[in-house]
Amino acid sequence: MKRNFQIAIRFLLAKKRAMLMTLAGIVFGVAFFIVTQAQTHGFEELFIRTVLGTNGALRVQDKFQNAITSLMAESGDQTEGFKVPLKEGRTYIAGIAHPRSLKDSVEKFGSVSGVSEVLAGRASVSSGFRTEKTEVLGIRLIDHLSVTDLASQIRYGNLSGYGEEPKGILIGSRLAGRLQADIGDTLFLEQSGAKRRYRLAGIFETGVGQFDLARVFIHLGEARLLFNKPFGSSYLQVSLFEPEKAPQVAQHLEETLQHDVDSWQEREKTWLEVFRVLRFSSGLTMASIIVIAGLGMFNTLAMIVMERQREIAILRSIGYTPGDIVSIFLQQGLIVLLVGTLLGWILALSMTYGVSSLPIHIRGVFSTDSFVVKWSLWHYIWASLISALVILLASYLPARKAARIDPGKVIRRMGG
Amino acid sequence: MTDTAHEKNCVVLRAENLHRWLGEDENRVHALKGVSLSLEAGKVHAVVGPSGCGKSTLLYLLGLLDRPDEGDIWLLGKHMTKASEARRTPVRNEHLGFVFQFHFLMPEFTAAENIMLPMRKLNRLTEIQMKERADQILQEVGLEDKGQRLAYHLSGGEQQRVAVGRALANDPGLILADEPTGNLDQQNSDSIFSLLCRLAGEKKQAVLIVTHNLDLARQCDHTFSLVDGNLT
Ligand SMILES: Nc1ncnc2c1ncn2[C@@H]1O[C@H](COP(=O)(O)OP(=O)(O)O)[C@@H](O)[C@H]1O
Ligand SMILES: [Mg+2]
Repeated sequence: MKRNFQIAIRFLLAKKRAMLMTLAGIVFGVAFFIVTQAQTHGFEELFIRTVLGTNGALRVQDKFQNAITSLMAESGDQTEGFKVPLKEGRTYIAGIAHPRSLKDSVEKFGSVSGVSEVLAGRASVSSGFRTEKTEVLGIRLIDHLSVTDLASQIRYGNLSGYGEEPKGILIGSRLAGRLQADIGDTLFLEQSGAKRRYRLAGIFETGVGQFDLARVFIHLGEARLLFNKPFGSSYLQVSLFEPEKAPQVAQHLEETLQHDVDSWQEREKTWLEVFRVLRFSSGLTMASIIVIAGLGMFNTLAMIVMERQREIAILRSIGYTPGDIVSIFLQQGLIVLLVGTLLGWILALSMTYGVSSLPIHIRGVFSTDSFVVKWSLWHYIWASLISALVILLASYLPARKAARIDPGKVIRRMGG
Repeated sequence: MTDTAHEKNCVVLRAENLHRWLGEDENRVHALKGVSLSLEAGKVHAVVGPSGCGKSTLLYLLGLLDRPDEGDIWLLGKHMTKASEARRTPVRNEHLGFVFQFHFLMPEFTAAENIMLPMRKLNRLTEIQMKERADQILQEVGLEDKGQRLAYHLSGGEQQRVAVGRALANDPGLILADEPTGNLDQQNSDSIFSLLCRLAGEKKQAVLIVTHNLDLARQCDHTFSLVDGNLT
């Protein structure tokens, strides 16, 4: 191994310029691959965190019954109850009739870390300045804090103020801007003629445009009065210890509770797909730099095989085996691969660090003021695997060609 | 040569009725037409003949770099013509030394490193022992002060001495030299030739020198004339 290594390294060093080009290709390919993965993965994770922190991992909503019993179904909610026959012969009944007992049942699942009962409805909100349409969520603060990041999303005012104030209201930052409302201001909610008065206790920002523009929170009891719904609720928002297992938990809950349960993955399918495609295509683009470096490697090694025919022939004549020749050329690939990947890693580490402190202002699907990066060893492993595959393939073909050199023929041709 | 046991001990290589055709179709040439010879330890043998008579072809066969179409070769009593490449390659490493018209050195390796190449493959000595042996060989070929020079910084004569040193590396039983002096001036040519002759005497190696220089051939122990593919 060592004796072949010595030959390999001299062959390489005699082709410094071509090798440096290939090396640079690998270094930049590996580094850019890692950095783009770190970014796209970082933004994907931020999106998921935002999704989980606002709408939770699971939503337990409409009750369903199987087709045979659906004719006899009784609605828990007189005003909104209606039956919709859907796939698999199910009939859905909008909303949750007995939220307390359902909440108790959901909490008994070991994978569930929190459950919040939500009564949702539409209403108009008005300040002295302007009126806007909103989605009103009636919540129990303590419960809702256990399933969301609401606590960290408060920008102005505070939650203890809201908790102590029965007529307190929390509104999104962009809505606050439109209404020109400040903490302590009086706001009105109006729904089918009923108009109730609230005090603005907090302004939150989730980063998700539609929520920050149109979502308000009030206490659950207040929501019952506003929407004139003394019983029942719209859905249960559920958080899990392991959110990535939401689809399985959802299915399990659905079967046990006879309620429709949606996981965040199902809910956010489109966006998740967008991020996945983004990550994959950026990975592919960067991997193509590595492939080009691989072509360079192939080219250089093929050149070395041509130029070194007489040395290869003499090595064979003095007893080096075809296996030795293969190893001499594979080791050249290996040297470039190892040095390139290592330097690529170092460059990636510093670039990722640099990128993470670049300012950027994003609001809409999530909120961030600098580039988001995800530090994951997997990005490094994938980059290394891709470059290893490419370089070993690029070295193997010339290596095999070199090993097939017939020493007698070459020595005769070279005027031995 | 009356004692057959003695003869067996002395004969390093024996070739019987070697035939070799070269080239394809209409270019096909019957280069060797039944060549037989024996090479003895401690003796210098010359093969002489005009250019194109098949001297190199014969040397490649004897050096296990090529295979005859017909005939047999025994090296140190072992039949080599039908042996697999996997068996012939280590035999070249341990028992054969080559010197060609062109030196075929590794240009980026020093003189000493070039000489160590066959030793590294044989892998019987430690790194320090190999260095010591290389130094000793450098002395034998008269390059004791040039060991650390890169091969391409040596003169033609010096390079050919290193090539001889490389052929000696594993102390082989047979040294095959194909016009080793063909590319050198008179002075260098003479010194390489006498070097090979001296080694045969000292180390009891069999030496075969292919040459078209009849003066040199006359100084050898045995001279074979190759004419039109036949030894005379
Ligand atoms: N690949 C080949 N195809 C056809 N003829 C060849 C080939 N190689 C060598 N020959 C011929 O074989 C003969 C012997 O060549 P060679 O052994 O090199 O001669 P020498 O070394 O005595 O000059 C020559 O006539 C040469 O032209
Ligand atoms: Mg010749």
